[in-house]
Amino acid sequence: MQVENWVEDTIAAIATPIGEGGIGIVRVSGSEAISTIDKIFRSPKGRSLEEARNWSLSYGWILSDSGEKLDEVVVSVMRAPHSYTREDVVEINCHSGLIPLQNVLKRILGLGIRLADPGEFTKRAFLHGRLDLSQAEAVMDLIRAKTDKGHRLALRQLEGDLSKSIKEMRDELIGLLAAIEAGIDFPEEVGDMDADELISACQGIEDRLERLFATADSGKIIREGVDTAIIGRPNVGKSSLLNMLLRENRAIVTEIPGTTRDVIEEIVNIDGFPFVIRDTAGIRHTEDVIEKIGVERAMSLMDGADLVIYVIDGSTPIHGDDVELLKQLTGRTAVIVLNKADLGIAVSKEECTKLVPDTPVVRISATEKTGLESLEEIIVERVTGGLVDLSGESLMVTRTRHKQALKDALENLTAAKQTCLNGLPVDLVAIDIRGAAENLGEITGDTLQADVIDRIFADFCLGK
Amino acid sequence: MEKFDVIVVGAGHAGCEAALAAARMGFRTAIFTLALDSVAMMPCNPSIGGPGKAHIVREIDALGGEIGRITDETSLHVRMLNTRKGPAVRALRAQVDRKLYSWKMRQILEREPRLFLREGCVERILVKGGRVWGVALRTEERFQGKCVVVANGTYMRSLIHVGEVHYESGPQAQQTTHGLSRNLEELGFQLIRFKTGTPPRANSRSLNYDKMTALPGEKLPRGFSFTSKVAKRKQLPCWLTHTTSETHRIISENLDRTALYGGAIMGIGPRYCPSIESKIVQFPDKESHQVFVEPEGWDTQEVYLSGVSTSLPAEVQMEVARSIPGLENVEFLRLAYAIEYDCLGPHQLKSSLESKTIRGLFFAGQINGSSGYEEAAAQGIIAGINCGLYLRKEQPLILGRDEAYIGVLIDDLVTKTIHEPYRMMTSLAEYRLLLRQDNADRRLSRYGKDLGLLSGERYEKVQSKWYAVEKEMERLGTWRITPSQVITAALESVGSTPISRVVTGEELLRRPEITYSELRALGFESTFDEELQELVETEVKYAGYILKERRSVERFQAMEARVLPDWIDYDLVEGLSKEAAEKLNSVRPHSLGQASRIAGVSPADISVLMVFLEHRGRRLKASEKTD
Repeated sequence: MQVENWVEDTIAAIATPIGEGGIGIVRVSGSEAISTIDKIFRSPKGRSLEEARNWSLSYGWILSDSGEKLDEVVVSVMRAPHSYTREDVVEINCHSGLIPLQNVLKRILGLGIRLADPGEFTKRAFLHGRLDLSQAEAVMDLIRAKTDKGHRLALRQLEGDLSKSIKEMRDELIGLLAAIEAGIDFPEEVGDMDADELISACQGIEDRLERLFATADSGKIIREGVDTAIIGRPNVGKSSLLNMLLRENRAIVTEIPGTTRDVIEEIVNIDGFPFVIRDTAGIRHTEDVIEKIGVERAMSLMDGADLVIYVIDGSTPIHGDDVELLKQLTGRTAVIVLNKADLGIAVSKEECTKLVPDTPVVRISATEKTGLESLEEIIVERVTGGLVDLSGESLMVTRTRHKQALKDALENLTAAKQTCLNGLPVDLVAIDIRGAAENLGEITGDTLQADVIDRIFADFCLGK
Repeated sequence: MEKFDVIVVGAGHAGCEAALAAARMGFRTAIFTLALDSVAMMPCNPSIGGPGKAHIVREIDALGGEIGRITDETSLHVRMLNTRKGPAVRALRAQVDRKLYSWKMRQILEREPRLFLREGCVERILVKGGRVWGVALRTEERFQGKCVVVANGTYMRSLIHVGEVHYESGPQAQQTTHGLSRNLEELGFQLIRFKTGTPPRANSRSLNYDKMTALPGEKLPRGFSFTSKVAKRKQLPCWLTHTTSETHRIISENLDRTALYGGAIMGIGPRYCPSIESKIVQFPDKESHQVFVEPEGWDTQEVYLSGVSTSLPAEVQMEVARSIPGLENVEFLRLAYAIEYDCLGPHQLKSSLESKTIRGLFFAGQINGSSGYEEAAAQGIIAGINCGLYLRKEQPLILGRDEAYIGVLIDDLVTKTIHEPYRMMTSLAEYRLLLRQDNADRRLSRYGKDLGLLSGERYEKVQSKWYAVEKEMERLGTWRITPSQVITAALESVGSTPISRVVTGEELLRRPEITYSELRALGFESTFDEELQELVETEVKYAGYILKERRSVERFQAMEARVLPDWIDYDLVEGLSKEAAEKLNSVRPHSLGQASRIAGVSPADISVLMVFLEHRGRRLKASEKTD
């Protein structure tokens, strides 16, 4: 099923690491690239991309399917063979940041363009003679490395329940398919499947897929980044730390309207990875007021976070509140920051480690801007576990791929049900169900045919 | 020494089609059989067709083979299966007169010009310098041949099991052969061991048919061959009865005495054709299994007890049979047995069915690990054709998976590692809406004609049939019907929603509930018979699905067109996984498409191969320039 992907259809993907740089690029390559993007692009003067000169830049908007402006963009059109891949290429320069890029990509994938495989632009560039001979080995390494990693990553990303649920549904679909196929290939031994039964089975799986699709859509880390809480007593330098992170990392400030708490959040990008720092207003506010930190409040902030950055004034002896709160860090993903290194050292790293054994401690000076690099390094390591490189593109892509596969499966199941309802023969229903099972197999990395045949023989007593 | 162009070893279903194809292509052909009276024998159920298999028979017919025609001439019970399950899986099945089939085939072989039929046991394939040059018989005769097709079935080191008794024998009390197994091993071929079985045969006079359900044949049976006409023909019924709890008790108590569960059988048996003991062990909850009683001929009392294939000891077989309603007083004519035999690991063959190591040596039929007369005949005709093309120094005929079930069959055999005798099923074909039994003539007659196996006249008939279908579809597209009270009533009477605007006949026919007879009732005039009507209905009703499959065929073909040169040493291709390199070296696929179907070759491996091919292509171009 995946093999068919190597035929030159039109592909798209986000081509720049998320959040790095002020501009993000969605690249589209293939014979349908220009005509498809033209359908969703509007320039102020209404000029069509089909008419755009080669290598020209067009300013305008990408429109949503209801015709609203999705993002303000600059689009470049490069016709074959004068492009990176030597195919027709359209590059959409969007506002950087996760959400706009994702939205534009989603819009494009909704138009029948396929998500590019890892390394596929480069591969096409090579296959079309764009890259020179000496680069062949490098391309092969790239494919092997990216695909293997991509698959491992894909599996890792599927949280336990999600993955289990997809496997179960695929299994059910294979069971249905085996029942249909057994009846077709062994009509004298196996009874026909009842149409109502088939419809309700499809409906059941469709419902579950829909629910799953909804949860996958809110895939937390991907869409929202790592939920990060900066916690500490008043005047330890939380605000300066935040500003330091923001300044160095070209953060995007977003306000989320309509939420009950009027929270302001900020996203900082560290090593291509988005961290969402909640309650930034709170951080700034408590820095100005001399009062005891609300332990309860700190606890609730910690509970909602994927990552806790606990800030201590390292130039004065450790406070009782800190001792109490540090103990609470056990078992959480956290980093302890000893700030104000420029003012002297009154708290040792060992003191902290004694209180919370497995949490790394970093000494910094927010005012003198020292220690930031090692803090960032530790933060990223804490989140990824140091096992895989979760930065940027690959993570995004695999996730989007899963969603696409779920969406395709859902469409196929709806079609299967409709085919049944229309009274068309089971052979045609089988085509749709097979499609849905293949879609789910793309996520789990399984191919279909052998599984169906095995199931026919396992479930049905055949042989005259 | 007598000289031939082509020598065929074995006159079973594969051998006969192979020899006829070669002779008809103009080559002097010899065919050797162990027993002249058993040409084209059916040692198991004398049944031809069924899902996937009927498709193959029609395809062989379109290529100019005989299986379809002889089946139509000798059938005694015909049914169309899966009539409601969709046009692609509808399948004709026929019980034939076993003796008569064999006799008709023998007559055809005897009369065919340039074909020489001889009884004799081939013991050795003669090879020199990597090329075949003849065969040697047990009688120490030698025959020279430029091509040899080995189609010797299940006779090599064949061992029969009846309970605790094991003896050397071929199927149906034929001889076992040893020489050829040994010879093939000497020639470097790897042999595998498979197993199959057959149920007992009973004397019809001993059965009580009152206790069984009669299964009549079709009133107006269709034929497999394009040349056969639909006609009312005399038919015999088949009968249905079933096993009882007593049957299951007897089998369970004697399980350790079966060759299968007693441990005597080492070969691997087919899952689609399990013995009755396997069914009872694997599906303990099933209280009863079907037993079909099927006639073996017009003028014999012998009937086939379908469903009770077994390796139980003789006396237990009788006990089992007598526990089945209608069979209380059964007299056996033959016992059931399991049979083990040597066959060739088919990955040692090219898609043309020629050996990868010895030029001019072809293999066809059950020796390649397949099962079934139809599968054997299909390989036979392709091997015969490819001998002819080999002698003409032309490219072999390799049918694609998008072209024919025969293509699926051979590609599966040579590409996938098979673990049991291979049987065709419609679920093995990716594009089954395109590979229907009703369009086999359209798909393949061209090849038959070009090869000289199909007459020009027959080809013209196929062409004009499909031309008429196209015209009829055009006519339906332009025939319009206007809403009226009469039309509304007519549509509602068949449960169809009324029309609110002018529609064409084609649009109406797309509705699942509307068939030709409804169109006729609405005033559409047509001279088409039922068979042609079905063709039009299929093309119109499923047009959307057919188009969808055509699109995936385009993608499939692009991958098939990327050729992998046969000199590649996959161990030296950087970036391939170890397993993939191993499998690729063993199968040696001819295209990227075929490579992608090998178990253990991942999409990433295919990607690496693509880059490798491109890399090499450019190096070649670069070196050409510098030369």
